[in-house]
Amino acid sequence: MPMTSEALAPPARPVARATLAEGNALPIATVVLTIVIVWYLSALLANWTGTFDALARAGNPTDLQAVATATMQQERPVVPAPHQVAAELWKGVFGFAPSSKRSLLFHGWVTLSATLLGFAIGAALGIALAIAIVHLRSVEASIMPWIVASQTVPILAVAPIVIVALGAVGIDGLMPKALIAAYLCFFPVTVGMVKGLNAPDRMLRDLMRTYSASQTGILLRLRLPSALPYLFASLKIALAASLVGTIVAELPTGAQAGLGARLLAGSYYGQTVQIWAALIGAALLAALLVQAVALAEAATYRAMGVRSR
Amino acid sequence: MPRASAAALRTVPPTDADATEDRAPEPARAVVSVSDLSLTYETADGPVYALSGVDLAIAAGEFVSFIGPSGCGKTTLLRCVADLEQPTGGELWVNGVSAEAARLRRDYGFVFQAPALYPWRTIERNVALPLEIFGVPKAERRERVRRYLDLVHLGGFAKKFPWQLSGGMQSRASIARALCFDPQLLLMDEPFGALDEIVRDHLNEQLLSLWRETGKTVLFVTHSIPEAVYLSSRVVVMSPRPGRIIDVVDCSRLGRQRPLEIRESPEFLAIAHRVREGLRAGHAYDE
Ligand SMILES: Nc1ncnc2c1ncn2[C@@H]1O[C@H](COP(=O)(O)OP(=O)(O)O)[C@@H](O)[C@H]1O
Ligand SMILES: [Mg+2]
Repeated sequence: MPMTSEALAPPARPVARATLAEGNALPIATVVLTIVIVWYLSALLANWTGTFDALARAGNPTDLQAVATATMQQERPVVPAPHQVAAELWKGVFGFAPSSKRSLLFHGWVTLSATLLGFAIGAALGIALAIAIVHLRSVEASIMPWIVASQTVPILAVAPIVIVALGAVGIDGLMPKALIAAYLCFFPVTVGMVKGLNAPDRMLRDLMRTYSASQTGILLRLRLPSALPYLFASLKIALAASLVGTIVAELPTGAQAGLGARLLAGSYYGQTVQIWAALIGAALLAALLVQAVALAEAATYRAMGVRSR
Repeated sequence: MPRASAAALRTVPPTDADATEDRAPEPARAVVSVSDLSLTYETADGPVYALSGVDLAIAAGEFVSFIGPSGCGKTTLLRCVADLEQPTGGELWVNGVSAEAARLRRDYGFVFQAPALYPWRTIERNVALPLEIFGVPKAERRERVRRYLDLVHLGGFAKKFPWQLSGGMQSRASIARALCFDPQLLLMDEPFGALDEIVRDHLNEQLLSLWRETGKTVLFVTHSIPEAVYLSSRVVVMSPRPGRIIDVVDCSRLGRQRPLEIRESPEFLAIAHRVREGLRAGHAYDE
């Protein structure tokens, strides 16, 4: 086969990015350390007065060191210290059988399942709406204002109404929570996907026009692949929103299970350590979920052969 | 979607080269027929007169190059023929039907100024894109892709992604993509602009022999006078904005067999000189 001089040169290979990851370790450690220190200081300050009074009432010594130590060990502190929350988390995760009502894994799973179901519904709805909006002007004009309006409704106010209403027609358990999660998470997906589906540049669209390709052909071969970066970015936001939606939905209903229920129970009984453990648990869950999307994103790009960054 | 609507509104197309206008001497039915074509872009800074009063008829099997200063409307003219741009005045027929009908029939292959490859498709899948859209069976698709990748010397790069190829190799891939479904009409917008001289010579030869063997009609935009004269049966010289035709130079006396050395022959140089004169006149007109 004929080869030109240019064709003989081996194609460039991507450079490994390992060095970048090493370079990140120090900044990340610094940030984490700073947060922990600030947290400890906040615990110290916030709990000081209460601890001081309690020690004085019991006739214990109230020198600086004694009070400072005691602020870290309160049973119902205003702000629990990091190690208290960590211990509570540890106990919640490893201290009980995962099926036990006292296990954080149990509650986490209840929340996670509603989050994932809501996310699936919301993402599918968001993508479908975006496809409709991109193809039909009438849909954009007639539906977009409603979509925007829907997002201005405070979810905290609406959630109980929705759950009670759905309960009245016999829908309860997972579904009402998932619907509220979906309600929160379809919006970023719609916005991101409308932008992504319109992202391909003029020349690539013109090329499809010269082939007089069908709208479906253009959608599958050009618009959807171009939209992927936007899709993954909006899915990360949507996943976090879905988790928030689920937790909010677990708050007002006197739900027996879920991280939201743990939060509510904790605040009924002034169990601040329990509240914080549930909060941190939710944050860790969100981080894990977003990380999972990032991994799926990287795997997708690798499979598509797109150069990473 | 507005599909056949605009075409349906137009009058019945001329079925043959009728004597209404002064067409090129070729007796054959015009593949592209342009009369008094103009196009004005409405922009925020006011109207841009990209084309005005362009008359041209291109017969089947002609190789016509367009040359002119940049911004003179060469791309615009090609895009009008491809129905990617709507003329604001005049008439335009492609293969005897409106430009839109011709596009819907997939009458032409277009090579854009930039390679316009899809970054997530390998080179072979990029070339196969039109074949996929046209529903060509898989086995034939594979055979055609291989044939045309070999033609542009990219046979060994079928599985690579566009970013793994140099700019020149990318434009060659885009040429293979336009050729692989064998359109009778080729619209090429500076396809070799990004290539070095040697590769360019090579592809010029290749394109010329392809044209000779297949009898395709080619509309070819270039900045290079030697390239235009070497390839073409006619060279259309255009003036700066508003783009109009200032000269049409016949190159057919160079014959159809053209070794690269022909570019040193006195005949070739004479034609190139006339093209250069035309370009110069256009520039003077501008200042
Ligand atoms: N979409 C557009 N909108 C406004 N002006 C345009 C557009 N496309 C091209 N032009 C202008 O029209 C003129 C002709 O452009 P073009 O056909 O691309 O020239 P050429 O290909 O000969 O360099 C230029 O002045 C250019 O700036
Ligand atoms: Mg141009």
